[in-house]
Amino acid sequence: MTEPYYHSVRFDLGLCDGCLACVRACPTDAVRVRRGAAVMLEDRCIDCGECFKVCARRAVRTLTGSLAELSKFDYTVAVPSPALYTQFDTEVAPAVVLEALRRVGFDDAAGMSSACAATSIAINHYLAGYRGQHPVISSFCPTVVRLIQVKYPTLLDQLLPMLSPRELTARDVRRRTMEETGLPADRVGVVYVTPCPAKMVSLVDHPGMDRSYFDSAVSIGDLFLHLMGAIAEVEEEGQAPLETETATGLSWALATGVAASRPAEDTLAVAGLPNVVRILDDIEKGKLGRYAFVECHACPEGCVSGVLTVEDPYVARARAIRLVRTLGPDRDLDRDRVWRESEAGAFRMPHRITPRPMRPLHDDIAIAITRMTDRDRVLSLLPRIDCGACGAPTCDAFADDVVRGEVTDDACVFVREKRIEALVKDLAALVRRQAPSAVGREPS
Amino acid sequence: MSATFSRVFEIHGRDFTNAGRVSTEIKDLLKRMGIDAALVRRVAIASYEAEMNVVMYARHAVLILTVTPAAVALEIADEGPGIPDVDLAMQEGWSTATSEMREMGFGAGMGLPNIRRNSDAFTINSMVGHGTRLSIRVDVM
Repeated sequence: MTEPYYHSVRFDLGLCDGCLACVRACPTDAVRVRRGAAVMLEDRCIDCGECFKVCARRAVRTLTGSLAELSKFDYTVAVPSPALYTQFDTEVAPAVVLEALRRVGFDDAAGMSSACAATSIAINHYLAGYRGQHPVISSFCPTVVRLIQVKYPTLLDQLLPMLSPRELTARDVRRRTMEETGLPADRVGVVYVTPCPAKMVSLVDHPGMDRSYFDSAVSIGDLFLHLMGAIAEVEEEGQAPLETETATGLSWALATGVAASRPAEDTLAVAGLPNVVRILDDIEKGKLGRYAFVECHACPEGCVSGVLTVEDPYVARARAIRLVRTLGPDRDLDRDRVWRESEAGAFRMPHRITPRPMRPLHDDIAIAITRMTDRDRVLSLLPRIDCGACGAPTCDAFADDVVRGEVTDDACVFVREKRIEALVKDLAALVRRQAPSAVGREPS
Repeated sequence: MSATFSRVFEIHGRDFTNAGRVSTEIKDLLKRMGIDAALVRRVAIASYEAEMNVVMYARHAVLILTVTPAAVALEIADEGPGIPDVDLAMQEGWSTATSEMREMGFGAGMGLPNIRRNSDAFTINSMVGHGTRLSIRVDVM
């Protein structure tokens, strides 16, 4: 029913020493250590990048593009996440960062601010006409979307069915570049500068879209050093480029970017995966129906704390706040025009986002129910201390693996020890029971 | 079709800190068994409302979850004040919630009606001074 998932993280089995750090960090229990190395359960992974963040052996690789790929196109345009502007000293204006991108190999660079501003208005338009169950949940963080597809499919109807500002920007940039250069679509490369692996995945496999408007993505971390040099160069020339980014655009790098343009009494902003999980649980139980909109980010401070960023998330956050204060308001923003465009469907995702529920204990419900009872029996043998020695993150997850037949219960050291003890006792009893007359007698 | 899974949960009255955990766990178990998403949602809403009723009004309750391929059933028996007029309590908007409960977003008088709306079979028995027993069944299509 579901095609295999494309994921942006891969484990390098040569480097993995089976230390369990990723197993414990994974918010969806998608990693096991088997035969001494990490294994991903693809149906559960939501591409959050937590495993990448915690791996001390650098055995978790994220698959982002490189600058070398730019040569595949005749003309390339970089579209940076607003989080990029927070990675450098506060005195560095976004316009300087965009100029620096043009010097490290891109033909042009375009910010997302105007798309962010238009999207804020379009969200209000969508919510004004929305008649479904409340609250509506933001869909701009791809990890949150994956989490809902995998673990909360009942909430898919409440996901905001709108294109993200990054996709809108890519769409506009491609159209404009084709007009200006006369090049065909496939000769123009639109490249996202990404703070996280999840957005890399969304380029290859974008829920709700046939395909992303981006051709590739490079990580903020990979560009950082190149950009440092180029920024110094631009600054030395002393000619400040014209600023095109705005306060709205920068606020979208934070966990409250959308909420900032909504009334506080009917909007929640939630950040950090454990918190997002809790709020989705509450929404699924019918709570929070009096809120119109919930903004959700997988990373604790929003995109400024993405796992592929360089700067400390709190430093980045402080810089974003300062930039929000110093940058100008949105120019040329025609609210009525945005409202009309939204009416005409310009912001709509072309398709419904489909569920990708994690594998149940069995596809046949009757067998799954029987396995659930078996699972309780397995759990009763386990110490329930989630030690991880079996390679699963919790005793609960281990019990799932056992009833699925993927491992045997004696992969648990406690079960094994008890079983060996019982065997030793049996063996001792057996030795004692042997008839003394039969012991030590020489064959005649 | 003899496959049955059953589990017993305890709910403690006045324990607002842990309120909602039982229904979260039930939801998680149903998803592991691959129960249809729309059905999980109905059970989640019904069990949460029932759990909150215990937390707000009763001292203690035992909840029994039973899952078969045909239906999910919940039995909640509490030790509490009971409901003097069950018909009145089943009316939307009727509530005896205190102002603190209302401040927490409860007491809109939607709890029991909401449980009934989300179930295919629903019975309620109450004895004043002893407690209330709810039986809820949600059918697989």
